[in-house]
Amino acid sequence: MKKGKIIRTAGPLVVASDCLGAKMYDMVKIGDIGLIGEIIELKEDRAFIQVYEDTTGIGPGEPVELTGKPLSVELGPGLISSVFDGIQRPLDVIKEKEGDFITRGIDVPPLNREKKWDFKPFVKKGQKVEEGDFLGEIEETPLIKHKIMVPSGKNGTVIKIKKGKMLIEEVAAVIKSEEKEHEVRLFQVWSIRKNRLVKKREMPEIPLVTGQRVLDTLFPLAKGGTACIPGPFGSGKTVVQHQLAKWSDAQIIVFVACGERGNEVADLLLSFPKLKDPSTGRPLMERTIIIANTSNMPVAAREASIYTGMTIAEYFRDMGYSVALMADSSSRWAEALREISGRMEEMPGEEGYPAYLASRIAEFYERAGKVICLGSDNREGALSVIGAVSPPGGDLSDPVVQSTLKVVKVFWALDDKLANMRHFPAINWLNSYSLYAESIKDYWDKEIAEDFSEIRQEAMKLLEKESELQEIARLVGVESLSDQDRLVLESSKSIREDFLHQNAFHPQDTYTSLRKQYLMMRTIIHFHNSGLKALKEGINLEDILKLEIREKISKMKFLEEKGDDPDVLDLFIEINNVFKELLKKKG
Amino acid sequence: MHKEYLTVTNIVGPLVIVEKIVDVKYGELVEISSPGGQLRRGTVLDVSTERAVVQVFEGTTGLDIDKSSIRFLGGSQTLAVSEEIVGRIFDGSGNPKDGGPKIIAKKRRDINGSPINPQARDYPSEFIQTGISSIDGMNSLVRGQKLPIFSGSGLPHARIAAQIARQSKVLGKKEKFAVVFGAMGITFEEANFFIEDFRDTGALERSVIFLNLANEPTIERIATPRLALTCAEFLAFDLDMHVLVVLVDYTFYAEALREISAARKEIPGRRGYPGYLYTDLASMYERAGRIKEKPGSITYIPILTMPEDDKTHPIADLTGYITEGQIMLSRELHRKGIYPPIDVLPSLSRLKDKGIGEGKTREDHADVLNQLFACYASGKEARELALILGEAALSDMDKIYMEFAEKYEDEFVCQGEHESRSIADTLDIGWDLLRMVPKGELKRIRPEFLDKYYSLEK
Ligand SMILES: Nc1ncnc2c1ncn2[C@@H]1O[C@H](COP(=O)(O)OP(=O)(O)O)[C@@H](O)[C@H]1O
Ligand SMILES: [Mg+2]
Repeated sequence: MKKGKIIRTAGPLVVASDCLGAKMYDMVKIGDIGLIGEIIELKEDRAFIQVYEDTTGIGPGEPVELTGKPLSVELGPGLISSVFDGIQRPLDVIKEKEGDFITRGIDVPPLNREKKWDFKPFVKKGQKVEEGDFLGEIEETPLIKHKIMVPSGKNGTVIKIKKGKMLIEEVAAVIKSEEKEHEVRLFQVWSIRKNRLVKKREMPEIPLVTGQRVLDTLFPLAKGGTACIPGPFGSGKTVVQHQLAKWSDAQIIVFVACGERGNEVADLLLSFPKLKDPSTGRPLMERTIIIANTSNMPVAAREASIYTGMTIAEYFRDMGYSVALMADSSSRWAEALREISGRMEEMPGEEGYPAYLASRIAEFYERAGKVICLGSDNREGALSVIGAVSPPGGDLSDPVVQSTLKVVKVFWALDDKLANMRHFPAINWLNSYSLYAESIKDYWDKEIAEDFSEIRQEAMKLLEKESELQEIARLVGVESLSDQDRLVLESSKSIREDFLHQNAFHPQDTYTSLRKQYLMMRTIIHFHNSGLKALKEGINLEDILKLEIREKISKMKFLEEKGDDPDVLDLFIEINNVFKELLKKKG
Repeated sequence: MHKEYLTVTNIVGPLVIVEKIVDVKYGELVEISSPGGQLRRGTVLDVSTERAVVQVFEGTTGLDIDKSSIRFLGGSQTLAVSEEIVGRIFDGSGNPKDGGPKIIAKKRRDINGSPINPQARDYPSEFIQTGISSIDGMNSLVRGQKLPIFSGSGLPHARIAAQIARQSKVLGKKEKFAVVFGAMGITFEEANFFIEDFRDTGALERSVIFLNLANEPTIERIATPRLALTCAEFLAFDLDMHVLVVLVDYTFYAEALREISAARKEIPGRRGYPGYLYTDLASMYERAGRIKEKPGSITYIPILTMPEDDKTHPIADLTGYITEGQIMLSRELHRKGIYPPIDVLPSLSRLKDKGIGEGKTREDHADVLNQLFACYASGKEARELALILGEAALSDMDKIYMEFAEKYEDEFVCQGEHESRSIADTLDIGWDLLRMVPKGELKRIRPEFLDKYYSLEK
């Protein structure tokens, strides 16, 4: 193998000479201990390399092995339930081999080579197949059937197909095209910097149901859509991301813990095997892949981690699954980019970030989408992407936030003030938006209730009205408001506290089905409208506010979900009754 | 023997540039001898075929181009550790400062440590009772957590940290524990306050102290916290001790890092701090924690003083992004004479949720703290409203909340410097306050707990 020579080491950046013939984004092995790196710039015979491990002890004169292959991931059975570092090294294997602390120069394959998988073929000898077609499947977990697909560009005729237990490196099928024979193994290798191909892209219009009321009802994300959640530290980015990973109705979750806390990864690892998927009752870990490159792990591998995660996510999307990828936090990825760029002495743009920051961010989110996958069955797949953004001081003018907002369609605005009051999720209902709300409307009104979007609209109007009224009250005092307006204040307070506020750590409150969300909101709005009517008929505001049913409304969220939610339904009727009663009393 | 170079070509700030070098490695430890023959140490920050950039720990004062000589020692900076380290005092470079002998190394550890494999981490969930209500009740600390104190100049963070060190205990347990204290750039008086307090309570024999004081070389501050943490890792994960690490003041640490960055002419980030400050801080803060199947733990309380009390200042901001919450001190409370002046609303403990509740503290803990937060926040809002519109403009409910906020600060937050409250006492004080508010307003508390505790009288 061709070798270059190190001429400079500066933290995660190594420069080597004698590298003619090397290609951009090729993987290299650095120094006598063989640290893994990737070529990110070429100048004459010199290669600029970002190194995915700590470079202490590496110096000029040491060799650089040019592998000639791009930095890639392995895609095949064994991915699910795994925890990888930023360049897809399995952390559990590393722990077994090296102990509790991560050492350097560890060479372990991403996927288990010894495990046998039961391969069930779908095709027969002589059958014609095209790229993306299923050759067969493996039950990777009770939740996930792992499809073995014809690799891209390998259209042809099946001339050999195997069946039964086999290792991932064994040849499962041979495809013949134009006199060439392609061996297909149970895994494929794909460069992390390259999008996986699809047939066609479509518009996302089905909601990704997350069980989080403020998200699903007010600011929904569509399957195949993109969202960002920026906010200062402690405002709730990670909890929201974890909630999505736990409860959203995607079939596969890829969680990229990018440059953040080790204990947050430990939290996922300890809770996911115990938590049950609400729709299947199986442990959540059976649909989850974690990429963990925490803040104290090498910074360049942090840069790679989101691409590693994205490529794995695309691979499952290609099987026709609905996949959701969370990146916590995209800012740490951008900072890694900045650090490397700084060491290469590139011209800095805003805040020291490289000039290509915005285009990298756009390229990343563009890998999301609802698609028609490769393959003759024209199956649909979806990849939703949710990025946390951590701007310095919570300042939204930060270049990472701004570049992100230009491309994502959903903005969940976290608010420090709400977080300080412990109103969680601290998502500001006035500043946030979802550009999918329009296209999802049909789904809501057909699948959940015909007046879903109408009720939602009313709730949003009330909240908006509240903020206007609060402004007035601040100037002239609450007393000067009309009874109608004061009822608006009370009802929007009820929306905030009884609906939007949702405790992620409460066993019942943590998840609410879309149907129950609707019923809850409808109940609150119904109370409001009944109150308005009563005011018109001369009932005192005080008497309305004293109604005991309000306490029941505030406890709706704690009611256990069952079938049609009769308890919440009953409240609706009860509201009618108590107002009838009020009117009767007045005579 | 290591080769000696006399090829220094440039000295700038804390950096020395050496040329015509052979076989030098990144991160290598360096020995520099000044014209007077005095020895200093440093480390390689950037090395190419022609030259190496060396950061000198003790600073470059007195070095010259002509006669300074440099030797590259191979390997990086280490700390000698053994059981004998407990009870000792060192300077910011790890040399004994108490007149005692050098530590005979049982092991030498790289002071930069290695990242804990996330897969090896055990999630911290053991409640530590500090005896301080605003921490225990509202932002509970657990073993293995990193929880900084965000302070300001003149605020009593030292007294609070000493009180935590003095009073901390895990309910129902008696185990081996130690305190590792590191000073970065603080005054002799401040450092001495800790040492005397440790001495008075007998904690000194269970402490290891690393001191880099205000008049000592700035650049040494880069190594001091790493020495302290390396020592803590040894005590926690080799000797199975529960270690509390207190490091003060990270603001001075960050300034030292900024100095190096400026000397290297790097592109400055916010307020001149280097763009990698986050990663640099994380490489230390993340050394706290617990490891599966190991009995020991590192609980880490870094202290920083926010310039102009500004929590968006990069040091506080980046710290908050890495640590598992923060204890925020308030100048306003301090002025009101409230000790400890902990502002609970912007304070946070991210790990409290798994450390509290039935079997750990008390069944009603989570609900009570959520409710106290909500009521206090409403009270502070009402207080602000009253300032603008006058008290007359407040609704009856607003008035109740305003009074709640006053009492909350006086009775819940405020306590004695030597008063250690049990968690049950803390929660009971919380209930006493909540009884000022009509039951129907207490929406954050589950009905069963309201029924059980609300009507109880003291
Ligand atoms: N939905 C929620 N329910 C209850 N508590 C929450 C919720 N969201 C956030 N929190 C609280 O806020 C803290 C900080 O949230 P986190 O997501 O870690 O913030 P960030 O990632 O923005 O720094 C959590 O530790 C938790 O105590
Ligand atoms: Mg977070």
